[in-house]
Amino acid sequence: MYEPFLQIIDVSKRFDNVVALDKVNLKIEKSEIFSLLGSSGCGKSTLLRIIAGFEKPDEGRILLEGKDITKLPPYVRPLNIMFQNYALFPHLNVTNNIQFGLKEEKISKEEINHRVNEILNLLELNGLEKRKINEISGGQQQRVALARCLVKKPKLLLLDEPLAALDKQLRVQTQFELVNLQYKLGITFIIVTHDQEEAMSLSDRMAIMKNGEILQVGNPVEIYEKPKDKYIANFIGTANIFNVINENNQIIIKELNYEVKNINNKENYFKCLIRPEKISVKKLENQSDNLNIGVVKEVAYLGSYTKYLIDVNGFEFYSFMQNSLVSDNLQIKWDDKVQISFNETSIYFFND
Amino acid sequence: MIKNLKKQNVWFVFTPYLWLVLFFFVPLALIFKISISVSEWGMPPYRDLFSLSENGLEINSTLGNYLFIFSDPFYIRSYLNSLSLAFTSTVLCLLIGYPIAFYVAKSKTSTRNILLIMLIIPFWSSFLLRVYAWKVLLQGSGIINSILIHIGLISEPISMLHNHYAVILGVVYTYLPFMILPLYGYLVKFDLNLIDASNDLGAKPLNTFVKVILPLSLPGIVAGSMLVFIPVVGEYIIPEMLGGSDKLYFGKIIWDEFFVNRDWPIASALAMSGIVILVFPIIIFQLMYAKYNFKNE
Repeated sequence: MYEPFLQIIDVSKRFDNVVALDKVNLKIEKSEIFSLLGSSGCGKSTLLRIIAGFEKPDEGRILLEGKDITKLPPYVRPLNIMFQNYALFPHLNVTNNIQFGLKEEKISKEEINHRVNEILNLLELNGLEKRKINEISGGQQQRVALARCLVKKPKLLLLDEPLAALDKQLRVQTQFELVNLQYKLGITFIIVTHDQEEAMSLSDRMAIMKNGEILQVGNPVEIYEKPKDKYIANFIGTANIFNVINENNQIIIKELNYEVKNINNKENYFKCLIRPEKISVKKLENQSDNLNIGVVKEVAYLGSYTKYLIDVNGFEFYSFMQNSLVSDNLQIKWDDKVQISFNETSIYFFND
Repeated sequence: MIKNLKKQNVWFVFTPYLWLVLFFFVPLALIFKISISVSEWGMPPYRDLFSLSENGLEINSTLGNYLFIFSDPFYIRSYLNSLSLAFTSTVLCLLIGYPIAFYVAKSKTSTRNILLIMLIIPFWSSFLLRVYAWKVLLQGSGIINSILIHIGLISEPISMLHNHYAVILGVVYTYLPFMILPLYGYLVKFDLNLIDASNDLGAKPLNTFVKVILPLSLPGIVAGSMLVFIPVVGEYIIPEMLGGSDKLYFGKIIWDEFFVNRDWPIASALAMSGIVILVFPIIIFQLMYAKYNFKNE
């Protein structure tokens, strides 16, 4: 019988009548990197703390490999958490921090030393064994925190904003290292983050949370291309959302006054999304009376691509153009008139 | 560094030292002088150290006072009584104060301030009055006995006053804030995530306390214990008001020698010995502790 690795069933949690989690259901598969994404106060950290065992849910159950762990205290759960501030023990050196958890298990000294050395090698922490926590860099602290968890060989690793405390350059590098490490070890990762780019690049699947509820679960492509509603569309990347008019068997994008012709599904939709990178703009050579004409309100050159804010009859939206594709576009300036085009397949219809 | 200080800054730095010299070292030197003087009837009740007579300059100095107090087990016993009182009350203050300090440090900021004020409020009334209040509470016709008789637990008042338990009670009550405040100072900086992390890594609550919370609050424990232990060794008022004849304490002995026996040299020798015996172990401890801290930083 199919059984998900971690199952969160109808979990609710309140703090002084403030709902932190409202009947959350989630299934997480073995060996996947799963992200909980949402802005602050959405309940993602509370959910993580409930999985770790620091908080007890008011209602609901948590099943790990089919076993109910809802009532187990954190020190018997076969999972570990890496804290946002790492929570390394300041009175212990690197080695003692890493072997802290092993000493709580009934393992021989040789085995402890062997496993600590193994993890020191894996995370390239050799040479730092005797250092105090305040004598090593932020990036090294992050790896010690990771090592302290991984040395326990947990079934599940929870990561609370794992990269938030690192500077930007280190963050990108660490992102790849984290994915490689997970691939090597096959441990299931659950990552809490508010950074959508981080979630997109790290995760196999992700859940978008808001006000204690899960809005959508899916892989990054699904979430980006087919967001369930306006909130998700705006939360992940930049979204151009237009109103759709459906009359006389014609489907019209209201703001652009554009009729969508090749649509199979003639259902009633009220909104549509076109991502900025799917809208291209072209400088008008001569004053034609083409319908799709916009005025450039803002130009932001970002190296590999350029952001344009386009105004069509008072409605503003974005177009992102790859600079390598259209060098002519570099000449587009403020207040220029441009022709707008997009492929009808890149229109995503939804209701909300 | 001192070279760079301007003239007015020199005064700024050295005023406290001047204070210390004037009101601590000078009196201490006077006490030392009296302690090696010879006792006699008169005012003051000791002979001048140096006097001029027909034989020229005479030095009337003696180590006899010290020899006397160390040969009389009475004084040594009273000192040991004081040490044991200080030790017992320090341990009790620590056991009672630690959970309170932890609770205060970990409560919400608004509650925390109220709790801190409650800890400090007793200092607004006189120390003497607070000890006297205990006398009233504990006496035969006091509130505690009345209540116990009223609810029928006892038929006759029990004697709770004038024994060394009452002294311990008074000392613990009076010195508890001196334990709690430094402990609070360290615990309030304590990152609660460390407790979660320890739990998560498999440590049960007791192990978490022993391996994480205790070592990280050690400086607070040391500071609080010092603030209780040292003054209690010389404590005079509490044993005088709440104590009885079952145990004599060092502070009271010094008082008696000064004001009852009017033997200033013996009293001074007692005071000096008390300080010296206490100072050296504390200096050694502080040096070792500083070394330990240095190793851990």
